[in-house]
Amino acid sequence: MNDFSQAFLKAIQLILNLDPNLIEIVALSLRVSLTAVLIASLIGLPLGAALALYKFFGRGLLVAILNTFMGLPPVVVGLVVYLILSRSGPLGALGLLFTPTAMVIAQVCLITPIIAALTRQTILDANNEFHAQLRALGAKSLSMMNTLLWETRYSLVTNVFAGFGRAIAEVGAVLIVGGNINHNTRVMTTSIALETSKGNIELALALGMILITLSLIVTSAVMSARHAAYNVYS
Amino acid sequence: MVMTSALPLPLKIQHLSVSRQGKLLLDSVNATIESTGITIILGPNGAGKSLLLRIAHGLERPDAGSLRWDQHIPKPEESWRTFVFQKPIFLQRSVLANLEYVLSLHKVVKIRKNLLIQQALQHTGLVKLSAQSARILSGGEQQRLNIARAWVLEPKVMLLDEPTAELDPSGVATIERLIKKIAQQNTKIIMTTHSLDQAKRLAHDILFLHQGRLIEHTPAKVYFAQPQTSLAEDFLAGKLLD
Repeated sequence: MNDFSQAFLKAIQLILNLDPNLIEIVALSLRVSLTAVLIASLIGLPLGAALALYKFFGRGLLVAILNTFMGLPPVVVGLVVYLILSRSGPLGALGLLFTPTAMVIAQVCLITPIIAALTRQTILDANNEFHAQLRALGAKSLSMMNTLLWETRYSLVTNVFAGFGRAIAEVGAVLIVGGNINHNTRVMTTSIALETSKGNIELALALGMILITLSLIVTSAVMSARHAAYNVYS
Repeated sequence: MVMTSALPLPLKIQHLSVSRQGKLLLDSVNATIESTGITIILGPNGAGKSLLLRIAHGLERPDAGSLRWDQHIPKPEESWRTFVFQKPIFLQRSVLANLEYVLSLHKVVKIRKNLLIQQALQHTGLVKLSAQSARILSGGEQQRLNIARAWVLEPKVMLLDEPTAELDPSGVATIERLIKKIAQQNTKIIMTTHSLDQAKRLAHDILFLHQGRLIEHTPAKVYFAQPQTSLAEDFLAGKLLD
């Protein structure tokens, strides 16, 4: 227990001192994961909705792949992105390996399937409720999809934040493609891994506490916004 | 200018049959529905009334035979014809936004939109509720909004599927008043019901359906005074039909 109480004090101390290293790491963590969530949402929301609403050849297979990819091991994603971005890989010329951009790419690969698969289920349920009514009102498929996405926006926000939770917490992918370079690609999870391996358990734990608190703040901010909006019209 | 000539009527139903999962739900129905008055599709539960109405709006396809609005196969996205469900589903938005949504679907220009919305709200007595969430309206208010949503497009034909089945007597009276008013403004009404009293109050002509077959199609006066078939006679007498 001693470790925990000392770590707690250390965490408080780090935060109160506004430790510049800490702030840099936290900022990069948020920047990478929020960017990844934004991109993954732009792909995953319409993709999930389309999978729920349109029939096409290979849809079943795509859904199965998506559901499998929800649980992709981050290290494997990291490895694949690494191979693609490494100098001899197909996108090697872009020189993206060991940059925050590479980390964003890896996280997008990791969480797009999560957002798309959850969205598909949300839209599928909403479609069961709304389909006949919207069709009778004269909605064609594209406006039907837009309406369902808008009507389920509160659930979709939850889905998006399931993706965010996964992104901010994972270490394997960002470690491989980012390289945990100080002042460059070091994020919260990679520093925790590093400090632990160096034996700085106290600092590692403190960082861990800050990470969890941060997730809690982001999530509850979104939830209360969602709650406030939800109360207006339902 | 009277636009009656533009009405897409008569509605011609020829040898219309539908079966689902091996059960014959509509059995070679033949009928011609003209433009005058309120047409009521009457019959016990499971007679195929709703199915016939859904086909008339293009929501379902027949297996055999045809249904044509003045030689034209219906599609749900046509704005000259609207459909009212027994149990409406509203968007999680205000009363006003629910009406606005329908007009947007049909690409009505903004100035006209506002005018049509105000009209529909006034006709249905929903002006004061326009900013309220549609989902928290009472049953009677919801059904008024349901009618307003179908009326807001100023359709030539309105199809209503058991619009009062879930309402209390005063709610029923309100909706019936609205339906009569709509009919007076040259909108053709075709509506299903299993209520004899309602049919008596509203119908100009009656299509009496039983087990997917059209038993008779007669003016309402004839139907109630001298039913042409023993099935209709039994139904009027409140007997169980087999």
